[in-house]
Amino acid sequence: MEYGYYPGCTLKNHAQNFEDAALLAMEKLGHPLTEMKDWVCCGTVFSQTTDDLMLQLAAIRNLLRAEHQGYGKLITLCSMCYNTLQRARDFIKDDPENLDKVNQFMYKEPISYTGNVEVIHLLSLLQNEITWESIAKQVVKPLKNLKIGGYYGCMLLRPKEYAIDDFEDPVILENFIEATGAESVVFPYRLECCGAYQTVTNKDITVKRTFELIESARDAGCEAIITSCPLCAFNMDQRQKETAEEFSQFVEMPVFYFTELLALALGVEWNSNWSKLHYVNPEPYLKAKGLI
Amino acid sequence: MRYVISHAKIHTDLLQKIQELSGQNVFDCYQCGNCSSGCPLVEYMDYAPNQVIRLAQLGALDELLESETIWICATCLQCSSRCPKGVDVSKVMEALRVINLRNREGRISPDDIEKMTDEEVKELPPIVLVSAFRKLSG
Ligand code: SF4
Ligand code: SF4
Repeated sequence: MEYGYYPGCTLKNHAQNFEDAALLAMEKLGHPLTEMKDWVCCGTVFSQTTDDLMLQLAAIRNLLRAEHQGYGKLITLCSMCYNTLQRARDFIKDDPENLDKVNQFMYKEPISYTGNVEVIHLLSLLQNEITWESIAKQVVKPLKNLKIGGYYGCMLLRPKEYAIDDFEDPVILENFIEATGAESVVFPYRLECCGAYQTVTNKDITVKRTFELIESARDAGCEAIITSCPLCAFNMDQRQKETAEEFSQFVEMPVFYFTELLALALGVEWNSNWSKLHYVNPEPYLKAKGLI
Repeated sequence: MRYVISHAKIHTDLLQKIQELSGQNVFDCYQCGNCSSGCPLVEYMDYAPNQVIRLAQLGALDELLESETIWICATCLQCSSRCPKGVDVSKVMEALRVINLRNREGRISPDDIEKMTDEEVKELPPIVLVSAFRKLSG
């Protein structure tokens, strides 16, 4: 078992649809995901200060446990888990002193961490190991006539050292969309931040961001957008409620996790429980396109 | 505004602390403004990202520690990815936040959550709450 799957906290509740769809889709692709045991929250955001070893522990504890369980590679679906695990990994990788400190702190764990677990985002796995050609061949329900914008947000592409594709001109989401049979629409704000955690302390700012981002997508011709980040999804989808209250001309747009579209294209039946986790119910849109 | 610049005012322990915490040399910046032009939240800030670096160069650190900018920054890393001089501006923002946070000066606390209704709290996914607390509380 080379690959372990690390879900992260939000995929077990608010983003259960993200996980469900991924697990079903990966089974269809003949590459089932095995969840690692005893994982903990990664901390969601990477601590950017040089001296804060303490804030790296949660992420590193997961890597250590993955290593102990025999996984050389850890697959993540959430962009923020990907970013946090990946950067925490490198924070101590070539730093024997810090590695030692971390291990001493985690002395109750069964092994010492060596720093050798790779962190891979599911999109990279789809691109590099399964390939778009093979996915396209396995599509049984092409998402014809869907005009989808790939919304990258921040954590898949920045810092550039950890970008899953070119950090300024990525194509991985566009290639993904095309592989499902849908039409990919590039929109100007696809690499822009949704406002992230400002949604708690400065809700107005994120509501305006949502308005600007969704309008940018609509102007470019998108009918819906996809994301791989539950925080983006919260701002781009759930915050459409406040966006509609604030901007009278605003029209709602469905926001999907990319795995939901993948599952659908591979013949997984749409689950109405997934719709309940969306603010903008995507069912009318999918029905209008004859997909459910 | 009259502002007197002196060697003593610029080369302070506090500046050294900011540079250590961020791992950045603020004097690398040549004020091209690229960071600010890419910042998605600049319109809500009192100092644009390039101004933050400029003020750090001039030793106006109190202004920075008291600025709104550092709390508005969403750590999207756009500034850092675009700087032609390799200055990781978002790490400087983080250092300024962290100096405040270590003095228990933050922008969110468990009390804020207590004040919210159960409905409001339930609506917020873990990823939202954990990230806000990690970046904005001490
Ligand atoms: S992009 Fe870099 S060099 Fe240009 S103003 Fe910002 S920090 Fe300075
Ligand atoms: S990291 Fe902060 S300062 Fe830099 S571009 Fe993003 S919001 Fe602006």
